[in-house]
This record gives sequence, C-alpha cells and structure tokens, in this order.
Amino acid sequence: MSSQDIPEENLPAEQDAPHGHGSVRTADEQNPFADPGLPPHEHRIQDTDERAAKRSERTVALLFTLSMLATVGFIASFVTIPVDKSVYIFPLGHISALNFALGMTLGVALFAIGAGAVHWARTLMSDEEVADERHPIEADPETRAKVHADFKQGAKESVIGRRKLIRNTMLGALTLVPLSGVVLLRDLGPLPGTKLRHTLWSKGKLLVNMNTHEPLRPSDVAVGSLTFAMPEGLEEHDEEFMTEIAKAALMIIRLEPEAIKDKRELEWSHEGIVAYSKICTHVGCPISLYEQQTHHALCPCHQSTFDLADGARVIFGPAGHALPQLRIGVNDEGYLEALGDFEEPVGPAFWERG
Amino acid sequence: MSTTANEAPRSRGKAPAGERVADWADGRLGIYSLAKANMRKIFPDHWSFMLGEVCLYSFIIIILTGVYLTLFFHPSMNEVTYHGSYVPLQGQLMSEAYASTLDISFDVRGGLLIRQIHHWAALIFLAGMFVHMMRVFFTGAFRKPREINWLFGFLLFVLGMFTGFTGYSLPDDLLSGTGIRFMEGAILSVPIVGTYISFFLFGGEFPGHDFVARFYSIHILLLPGIMLGLVVGHLILVFYHKHTQFAGPGKTNKNVVGMPLLPVYMAKAGGFFFLVFGVIAAISAIATINPIWAIGPYRPDMVSTGAQPDWYMGFSEGLIRVMPGWEINFWGHTLVLGVFVPLLIFPLVLVAIAVYPFIESWVTGDKREHHILDRPRNAPTRTAFGVAWITWYMVLLIGGGNDLWATHFHLSINAITWFVRIGFFVAPVVAFIVTKRICLGLQRRDKDKVLHGRESGIIKRLPHGEFIEVHEPLSQEQLHTLTAHEQYKPAEIGPEVDENGVRRKVKRTEKLRAKLSKGYYGEDSQIPKPTVEEYKEITSGHGHH
Amino acid sequence: MFAPADKAQADETAQSLAIDEGKKLYAVGCASCHGTGGQGTTDGPSLVGVGAAAVDFQVGTGRMPAQQPGAQVPEKPVVYSQAEIDQLAAYIASLGAGPAIPSEEKYGPEGADIAKGGELFRNNCAQCHNFTGKGGALTHGKYAPSLEDVDPKHIYEAMLTGPQNMPSFPDGTMSEQNKKDIIAYLDAVNSDDTVEPGGLSLGGLGPVSEGLFAWVFGLGALIAVAVWVAARTAKAKKS
Repeated sequence: MSSQDIPEENLPAEQDAPHGHGSVRTADEQNPFADPGLPPHEHRIQDTDERAAKRSERTVALLFTLSMLATVGFIASFVTIPVDKSVYIFPLGHISALNFALGMTLGVALFAIGAGAVHWARTLMSDEEVADERHPIEADPETRAKVHADFKQGAKESVIGRRKLIRNTMLGALTLVPLSGVVLLRDLGPLPGTKLRHTLWSKGKLLVNMNTHEPLRPSDVAVGSLTFAMPEGLEEHDEEFMTEIAKAALMIIRLEPEAIKDKRELEWSHEGIVAYSKICTHVGCPISLYEQQTHHALCPCHQSTFDLADGARVIFGPAGHALPQLRIGVNDEGYLEALGDFEEPVGPAFWERG
Repeated sequence: MSTTANEAPRSRGKAPAGERVADWADGRLGIYSLAKANMRKIFPDHWSFMLGEVCLYSFIIIILTGVYLTLFFHPSMNEVTYHGSYVPLQGQLMSEAYASTLDISFDVRGGLLIRQIHHWAALIFLAGMFVHMMRVFFTGAFRKPREINWLFGFLLFVLGMFTGFTGYSLPDDLLSGTGIRFMEGAILSVPIVGTYISFFLFGGEFPGHDFVARFYSIHILLLPGIMLGLVVGHLILVFYHKHTQFAGPGKTNKNVVGMPLLPVYMAKAGGFFFLVFGVIAAISAIATINPIWAIGPYRPDMVSTGAQPDWYMGFSEGLIRVMPGWEINFWGHTLVLGVFVPLLIFPLVLVAIAVYPFIESWVTGDKREHHILDRPRNAPTRTAFGVAWITWYMVLLIGGGNDLWATHFHLSINAITWFVRIGFFVAPVVAFIVTKRICLGLQRRDKDKVLHGRESGIIKRLPHGEFIEVHEPLSQEQLHTLTAHEQYKPAEIGPEVDENGVRRKVKRTEKLRAKLSKGYYGEDSQIPKPTVEEYKEITSGHGHH
Repeated sequence: MFAPADKAQADETAQSLAIDEGKKLYAVGCASCHGTGGQGTTDGPSLVGVGAAAVDFQVGTGRMPAQQPGAQVPEKPVVYSQAEIDQLAAYIASLGAGPAIPSEEKYGPEGADIAKGGELFRNNCAQCHNFTGKGGALTHGKYAPSLEDVDPKHIYEAMLTGPQNMPSFPDGTMSEQNKKDIIAYLDAVNSDDTVEPGGLSLGGLGPVSEGLFAWVFGLGALIAVAVWVAARTAKAKKS
C-alpha cells in the first residue's frame, strides 16, 4: 500500500538514548527533558539490616510451613469429613463441610507457597534493576539477501517454475484430497426432509395434561388458568420423547370467547379454550410466562411477547411471527382432542419454512 | 591450556549431580545456548504486566481440574433414573451426563470443589483475557513487532469463549440446554444451509442423542488443543520480543529495564501461579457456581426465567434480545433477519477490536518497532476508540441481562430493551467524544506540570499583598517521563499537480488515510508537547517574578 | 356439649356473625375500589366468586388493601389480623361460590413427593419464578415475586386463585397432590435450612451474578495480589 509515501518528517523523531545503562548521571544543560539514565540503586531495609533480613527469612519459612500444615489439613479433612455433612457458617449459610474444608485448606496451602516465594523475591533476592539491550528483529541486509538468494536457488532447483504440469497437478491433488474428509462428515446426521414441519399431533389425538397425565376435559380448564399438554401416546420413557416434546409441547389457556379478537383463533378454539405451541418462534425457548389479565405470553429467554387473545401475534421482542395455534375440539367422550397437526412448522424459523 | 587440561578430569569427577545432568541434557538438547539467552532475561515490574499471567495460570488450573473431571463425567445422553444422594431429584429421569455431574457434586469427595474450581477459573480466565487485552490495547503494546501476538491473544479469547460455552453445555442441565436450544435456533436462521448444519450438528432433530458426546470432544480435545498451541506460541513471542515498558529514566526503545528471570521472576511468576490457584480454590470453597442440582435436568419443554449464558457470551445474548423481529418470506423461503443479523454482528463486534492495530499502523504509516508503552492519554483517538468499544460491549452485556436489571432496579424490561437499542448506536459515539476530551484535558495538565511545575498547595503572600501558590519545579526524571512520548504529524496527500504540471491521480484510499490521519493527529486531537524553548523561556521568567 | 344438630346450628350462627363483621370491615377498607356489594368498579375488579382463598391470599400477604396504582400491587406489611381476614373472607365467600381457604393437611409436608414437585415446578412455575423460586421479570415493570419465606398456605392459595397476572392452576388441571408436591419441593430448595453445598448461592440467579462475582471478587483479588507482587519493596531511609 501507499505507506511508503509517508514523508519521513511526519513520523516522530526516534527517541535518542544518549545514556546507555550504567552511565553516570549528568545534568544536561542543553536539554532539560533529556533522559537522565537509570536512577541509582537504593538499598532496602533488608539489604542493610541483617535483623530485618532474618525477619524476612522467618516470614518466608513460616509461610512455607503454613502450607505444609494446610496440606495435612486437606488430607485430614478428606479422610474424616463425610461427603454429605453440612455445616452452618456465617455468612455463607448451610454449606457442605467437606467442600469448605477442602477448598480452604487447598487455598491456604497454595496461597502460602506463592506468598512465601514472592516475599522471598521481594525482600531477599537482589532488587537491582538492570537493563538488557534490545536487538532489532529484522535481519540485516546481508542475511536478507542470502535467504532470498537461497530460496530462489531452491525454487530453481526444484524446477517447479518450469514444469507447470507438475505444479498444476500437485495443486489440484492437494486441493481435492481434503474433500474426502468433508465427505466423511456427511453421516453426522440425516437430511432435514420435512421433519421440522410435522409434530406428533394429528386428528383425534387427546390432549394429555402434563401434571396429572390424564386427558383434559373442557370443564378442567378454567378462565385465567394455564395448563401444559402433550399428545396422547407420548411417554416420558420413550426413546424419542425429548425430540417429540421439543415440537409438540402445548400451552392451553381459556379466555372469555368475547375477549378473543382474532377470528381464526376463535374458530380453532373450543368454548374459549385455545391451544398454542409452547415453543417460541424466535429461537425455540419454551415460552410460557402467561399474564392472565393482559393475555400476554412472554418468553423468559429473549422477551418476545405474544398476545394470546389476538392470534398470538408478536407485540414486542425479537420473534418474527406468531405462535402456531393447534385446532382443537371435543370428542364423543367429552375429552379435548386435536383436529389435526399444526398448520405451520413450530419453533424457530428456518430457510425452507416459507 | 595445560591447567585446564589438568583440571578437567578432576572437575568432572567432582561436579555436582545437577550440573552433570545439565551437561548431559545440553549434549543432546543444546539447552545451554537456550539458557544463555533466557536464564537472566529481564522483565519489567508493573502490576498490569501480570494480567497475562493470571490468564496463563487459570488456563493451567482449568486443564488440571478438567482432566480430573473427565475421570468421573459420562458424556452420554442416555436416559437414566437418578438414585444418587441429592433427594430433590431422586427418581427423576435425566441424561447420564447430568446424573454423573450430580455424582461429581454429591458423591465424589472433593468432586464439587474441583468442579467449582474448574468453572470459577474459566470465568476468571475469560475476564483476565479481556482485561489483559485492554491493557495491551490502551498502552499501544500491539504495535510492531507484536501484531501477530495480538492476533494470537485475540484468537485465544475467542476460542476461550467457545470452549467455555461447550463446557457449560456438557452437564445437560435445564439452563445449559436452553443455551443449546438458542444456538440451534440461531443456526437454523442461516440462509440456505442452516437447517442442514443443525441436523448434522445434532445428529438429526434437536436435541437428539448426540450433542453432549460431540461437544465433549470439542471441549476437551479440539479447542483446548488449539489453545494450548496458541498459548505456547504467545509465550515464545513474549520471550522473543522481550517485554514492553513504560517511559521513564533510563528506559529507552532499545533496552528493557527490570529484574532477571532467575531468580527474581522465577520466584515472582512461579509464586504468582500458586497465589492465583490459592485464590481460586478459596473462592470455590466460599461461593457456589452453576448449581446444576437446583437447575434440574434439561427438558426442551421446560425453562426458567433469568436464562442467561456465562458472562463472556452475555454480549451475544444482548444482541439477540434487542434485535427487532424482522422476518422476510419470499418464494417459499424465510429469511430470519431477527436472528441472522445478530449472528452476523456477533463476530463483527469482536473483529472490530481485533483489526484495530492494523488500521492504526496503516494510518500512521509507521514501520518502526515500538517497545515503549503509550500512556492512554497520549493516544487520544486510540483510547477513545477503545473506550467506545468497551461501552458498546457493556451496553450489549446490559441487554443480555435485561430481565435481572428489571427486577433488581424495578424497571420495565421493555424500557431497558429500548435503552439498549438506542444505546447500541449512541453510547459508543458519546463515549468516544467524551474520552477524547478527557485525554486532551489530561495532556494539557501534563504540559502545565512540565512548564510550571507541580502545585505544591503552599500559598505564599508576596510583599505587595498578592497571594500566589508556590509551584515546585519537576525533577529531570519527571520532566523526561512526561515528555518522552512521540507525537505524529498528520499525513498529507502531497501536491496534486507534479512538477511538470500534470495532475497526479490521488487514490481514494490515500485521501481516506489523510483524513483519518488528520483525525488522529490534527490540531484537535493532540496537544503539542512542551518544547525545550518554551520550558527555558518560562523557567527563566519565573526567576524574575 | 352440643348435640350434632346444635353444633351445626352454632356453626351457622358463628358463620353469619363472621359474615356480618366481614361486611363491616369490607365497607370501610375495600368498598371504595371493589364497590359496596363487591361488584367491582373501575378501580378494582369484582370479587363475586373469587372465594375465601383469594381474600386470604391478597389480604394475608398485605397486597390488599392496595396503596397506589402501578404496574403491580406489591407485597406489604399485613394490615388486618388473621381473625379479621377470616371475617372478610367469609363475607366475600358469601357473595358467590369460590375456592375455600385450604386446610393445613393440603399443604403440609406429609405424603409429598419432593422430586415430582421439582418436575412440576420446572414445568409450571420456574418460567416466571426461577428454578428455585427467586422471582423474575414480566412485561412492563411487572414481576413474578420471590417465593422465599412465603407461607405455604399462601403459595397454595396463589396456585388455586391466580392473583393479579398469575394464571391459576385449579384442581382440575393441577391436582391437590401436585400442589402439595410443589410446596414440598420449594421448602426443600428455597428455605432457611436449604443446604447450598457449594457455598454462597449468590442470589440463586445464575450466570449474571456469577459473572459479577468472578469480575469483582475473583479478578479483583487477583489484581490486588498482582499489585503486591509487582510493587517495590520499602527502601531503607537514607541517613
């Protein structure tokens, strides 16, 4: 790039260092801002007073001894304290005695070693500041020229520049060979197909209350109440329970029919009982913070807010579309049943959703 | 010659064991030439230079405790019924991963402590890297020759974030599962390939039976392996470049002043490892982290309020929370902008800080090595940019915790979300302007101090009744320290017409650079440092007062 | 000793006495918002059919009488004695049938399955009240309160009646046994005697408080240590 054209005078002057390390300090009459050089070394108390040094030595030894004692304490705690014993320690509360004892003894054992070593370094090891010269990282011109020449010679001897066929086929082979690795990743998972479009719900499936595991009747669901349901036949022990409930989870509320503003919502409900997907259309959190007076449902993850009295349309937050509604009715025995699957995919939107 | 020949066999026989081992090793590894360059290597003393050590040591602690945890953790999503010692979960269905984490916490002696050390160390590792990176940024330590090491450090920070995220997800508890679900939703939003990536990652539909095992190998092998390599490279470069230092008497761009590795830094740095480990162990004895037993096993149809990721992922959580729910449907496809845009901004936030060194070096055109650190005030534009970036990051972090701020400060969650939406654009700009002003103010104060001396606080009454405050002149050390910084002149484009009267084509990039350079080093962006002439004039004037 | 018939007679008398007393209290403390006959006004909802449980919850937790309009009526020091609350409840219950105040065996710990309660809690309650009932935010300044130190009876009544914006969980959809399990779970994980094996629970709020703790106390302590390691040792006084 054009950095070469920066005029030299725009760069600040290189700091000159007239005084190398160890030079005698002289007041510079010409330049009051000049580097006076390293200040003379001052002695610490420990350097001049042997008693102070002895005190430091004892402190360091004491810290190392403390560490040994703490390690003994760690082993003793491990052996003697039962793993399930709890103890009240103010202000921590009721906590595991073993965790506290092990953590504190280990903490002290380690900290004391560190404190001892640092105190030793700070008080007893030489604290004379010394300067080390830096050397430029860039190679000198001769080295540079030599390397370039060597490289050119090597490249020439390899004949890669002349034998284009070798070069091109080699590049081709090297480019293709990683593809095997990419192909191997294919079996990480099945292709999506239409899996994201379907759930376990289908016509005639009863709505099973997740609290009691009983099918729901309209009379169970009161205005202002909140119930979660899953499709009949799904059991928590099922192999695919997690995957199925991740799509089929249902949130059931009851509104006064005249409070329902959306026409389709009213049509798909039963006596004011409406069933919405519990899975947020944003990124799939189970949304169920239902405010029964405002009829709003809030997602606890990213605060998308849906108006359940108005087709569950989004009224705040990052969700892009309304919660899918499940069309429900009542079967001959008086139980709530689904009248089909969701008409649109539940959960987060994806490219093929359309 | 003869004396050495005579003495050689004797000394060989008498040499202490350590020396003989070292000789043996040198004959095979050449350790003496390595040690010659490094054993008495000089390191400068400053507390902020130890932030990187905090990161290094917490990384080592994480590896040590992590190896221990692998001995007990079962990375499996098989459903089991819990019969361990935590009563409120007995008889519950859960994955083996979750059950084994409960066993580590309740039935393995010391398991809870190691789990807590592992997690606390991870939070501190990331926080340490953040602060270390900011130290390097604000002092300009990223300048030549250290740009590559800056990138190494940046990569470590990013990989650390993902290693943390994958580790956080392994116990398969309700909170981390919610995080995984969020990740799945974010992947689904990627146009064209999102659905496929999601199915390949999870081995089918979410949650499937595979992700814990897959994340496990990523968390314990793939990412830490790369990080270990980067850490080693980072350290080799630190040794090779030698440490930077602040300006001061005797400190130049061509030397490094401090104390030798052996013995002082061996003791200080080695001791500091134990101090860091000790502090983290004590924290793990005192404070709970991620109590998965209280959170419960993951079920995709359950959730808790206050669902947040660990702090280092908080800014991405903020992005996703404040984004409006834009969604475009066309030709049977859905473009989920409400999720995909945050997914794109997420790397942009990080890259903004990562590429800064290269932008600055392009603007200055400075190709020299820099080993003397800047005081942040002496690089106002850089400092202002850094503060603006931190402000941006913090605004997003607030957004990521909007529900907790709402309950704790009795605010409306909707109001906080709007505050973050506006703050995302406005706060960095305000922070930039304010910081630059403050830097210039501090530069003026430094100039004042150099020219007029330090305010002594002593009030003197002159014979004619006037009161003055006595200003003490600074020592030469102080004068040097306050005037040692470099000041650039803004780059100019140069004449647009050359000596033959032919119009020279000025590239657009060149114009941009001149503009940026003016912004960096123009009259409004730095206070010219005092010159010797100014100083002499004023000091001689003082004599006549 | 009363004969059974007499006992019923006496109960009835006591009941109607309570209703009368309750009506007087109601006229003074509640009628301005809820209307003279509990039919409701623009300032307060109708109380016909809310039941004694709703009164016992609202007045027993100090939420009623409300002090000022706002996003939500908060918990406050209780104004009425339990006897007065019972009288108020009797009066409201007489306006229309509604859930009665639960007896102690319904929310007591006997026969409760804590683990099942935990599962129910995570499915029905945690989304608003957090994993262990520490509370959380709702829209526009509303919130789900913390369940710490809340009387089990009041928790039971809240589930039954759905106060303010909380949905109700009537016995038809959440059985009495379910409610008992939930209360037992809360007592196990969120009471003064709950063991937090790891140490300070940091509010039980999850990663945000953990992150703050790691920054302030973790990194803070380590920086303090670093300052000590790098600081200069005291020099001997020059003489």
